[in-house]
Amino acid sequence: MPGDESKTAKKLPVKRPRAGMPAQDPKQRAHNFNEVALGYQEEVAVGEAERCLQCKNPTCREGCPVEVKISEFVGQVRDRDFRGAYESLKDTNSLPAICGRVCPQETQCEVKCVLGKKGEPVAIGRLERYVADWAMSQGLAKPKRATPNGKKIAIVGSGPAGLTCAGDLAKAGYQVTIFEALHAPGGVLIYGIPEFRLPKAIVAEEIRGLEDLGVEVRCDVVVGRTITVDELFDDGFDALFLGTGAGLPMFMGIPGETLNGVYSANEFLTRTNLMKAYLFPDWDTPIKIGKKVAVIGSGNVAMDSVRCSLRLGADQAMIVYRRSEAEMPARKEELEHAKEEGVVFHTLCSPVGILGNDEGWVTGLECVRMELGEPDASGRRRPIPIKGSEFTLECDTVVMALGTTPNPLVSQTTEGLEVDKHGCLVTRDESGLTTRDLVWAGGDAVTGAATVILAMGAGKKAATAIDSALRGK
Amino acid sequence: MFKILMKRELTPVTKFFVVEAPMVARKAQPGQFVIVRVTGNGERIPLTIADSEAGAGTVTIVIQEVGKTSRLIGALKEGESILDLVGPLGRPCPLTDRGPVVLVGGGFGVAPIYPIAKALRAKGVKVVSIIGARTHDLLILEPEMASVSDELLVATDDGSKGHHGFVTDILKQLIEAGRDIEHVIAIGPMVMMRAVAKTTEPFKVKTLVSVDPIMVDGTGMCGACRLTVGGEVKFACVDGPIFDAQLVNWEEAVRRGKMYAGEQKLAIEKMEKEQLSGKCACGCGGGH
Repeated sequence: MPGDESKTAKKLPVKRPRAGMPAQDPKQRAHNFNEVALGYQEEVAVGEAERCLQCKNPTCREGCPVEVKISEFVGQVRDRDFRGAYESLKDTNSLPAICGRVCPQETQCEVKCVLGKKGEPVAIGRLERYVADWAMSQGLAKPKRATPNGKKIAIVGSGPAGLTCAGDLAKAGYQVTIFEALHAPGGVLIYGIPEFRLPKAIVAEEIRGLEDLGVEVRCDVVVGRTITVDELFDDGFDALFLGTGAGLPMFMGIPGETLNGVYSANEFLTRTNLMKAYLFPDWDTPIKIGKKVAVIGSGNVAMDSVRCSLRLGADQAMIVYRRSEAEMPARKEELEHAKEEGVVFHTLCSPVGILGNDEGWVTGLECVRMELGEPDASGRRRPIPIKGSEFTLECDTVVMALGTTPNPLVSQTTEGLEVDKHGCLVTRDESGLTTRDLVWAGGDAVTGAATVILAMGAGKKAATAIDSALRGK
Repeated sequence: MFKILMKRELTPVTKFFVVEAPMVARKAQPGQFVIVRVTGNGERIPLTIADSEAGAGTVTIVIQEVGKTSRLIGALKEGESILDLVGPLGRPCPLTDRGPVVLVGGGFGVAPIYPIAKALRAKGVKVVSIIGARTHDLLILEPEMASVSDELLVATDDGSKGHHGFVTDILKQLIEAGRDIEHVIAIGPMVMMRAVAKTTEPFKVKTLVSVDPIMVDGTGMCGACRLTVGGEVKFACVDGPIFDAQLVNWEEAVRRGKMYAGEQKLAIEKMEKEQLSGKCACGCGGGH
């Protein structure tokens, strides 16, 4: 075992450039839904892990919302102890195959890597993905279930926050039931993030891992409609975690938004990803994709939508954004991928209306050019319309990717559960305790639309708090 | 999985199912709907709840075979199961304490009118029901409607039963005869509901309808079901499906309802071709 040697002889870090991520050719991948990033091979992973300085006081871990033991698992990869690396990952992170793919490591763990100060940080995310994929390919044995402590927890929503909370509580011996409104679990991981960034089989596998821990997943239950929070307590649940996400789409309120061919990004992505419209008519859900698709917005959801539209067969896929590229909220990697695939960017351009033909189908987007003024409350420079600069952008599909707000179905039906003016659940402390006793919340339902890993961090904190609250009882 | 406990064929293309769904049954109220999916690669379609029994844990749905999914549901037998059934969704129909209320059901829209009639009757409100169909063979749930209505009037387009003409003719006669009408609730095909709205408008009789737009999730997430009501964009799944008929932008609602007409046709053609070649249409690999 190479691992034995490593325990005795300290290995020195190897100086070499950060290993690039192999990817499908942009020309090819723009027309299929297969995963873009192909993953490291073993030698590349080990080579990348050898770059790690194995700092005595590693700072990388501070950057991780779920506190992955980064230097530990990277050291194990270096020593080719992949099983050990997987166990280290799983110790604090229930969903490593997902995090390794969709976390913005460049602003989390990797930004804290000492190597990054003078050169490039260790590719922590890519190594995490390598280890998680290795474990899946090995079909690792089912984890040992914790001794049941007799307490029941209901988790509302099976997105990243709920799954993480469920995993941690199941490991601590709780009987956990996840309630999901859709027909399949995963939340935004399956309806929002496209197959080419996060294969759905990977999500299903991670959820199967939670089921192996004893977590029960009940789909087709809309909490707030099928059952209320109070009824869940009546049914014997000792505590609740609300990970209901930010599922309501925003529209601009401009003329023409109800024309045929106008989608919210939520609908566009749900049809494409969850309902697999790209396989119509073998799958039953259709999608209308024109020759020219205009996606309004510039966050990750906008990038996902515009890249999906290329794969669905659009000749031209465009981003329409009112500020400049510097202000775009999307991850840099997503932006670059979109550019490589041929997405056209119309920046400093704001839609003022959608035009349609006599049959009510979209024919174009009426826009006005913008210039940037002083920074606004968000710190980004405020876009100001340039008078007389109106023009029409020809298109036959419009996707509104302007952000989302939390769904009010739970808060409207739960007395004492407060929300703020944005519809986000109000929390009383860091752990996500809501204004109702024994009800915690986390993820987008609390913060508004944010990232998978922040939601997971919130799920984790809530799990710790739920455990300590119920232990005291 | 949601087991079908009872199936009735109301017409050759209209099927009535009593389905085991205790959690939905416990909550269902008149006017609400469920979203149903029948195969692993199937679409999600909304169906208005036609009845529910909390004690028995059952929900009744009625489908009219139009597209691929409704045909697949129609082909299910007693003892078989519906893969997914989620609800109850949408806001319940407001139920007045004082009548009389005139209920208008057209085609398979009679099915969702039934639980409203039943609930109003249970509150002691006088119910006058007008139900109609193209021809008497397509008229559904007449005895059931008779049992929950103080007065039941029937219209068929071809005159094979009841009034020869449309439900709106009878409605107009009632209004013109000066009958006491608290309000009207109409459910049926979009064109029929629009005609009811036009009929009552000049008389300023409050009229509610249950719209049936295309939906995906049914919980406010996608916005496929948006329509303009009183100049504002509403989501039928969470703001409706019951709206004031006079405020609905019907032209837009009808147009949006046809958004995937071409795809629906394609799916049916593919299904029929596969059935001819002995393959199943649901993708299960079997021969049913």
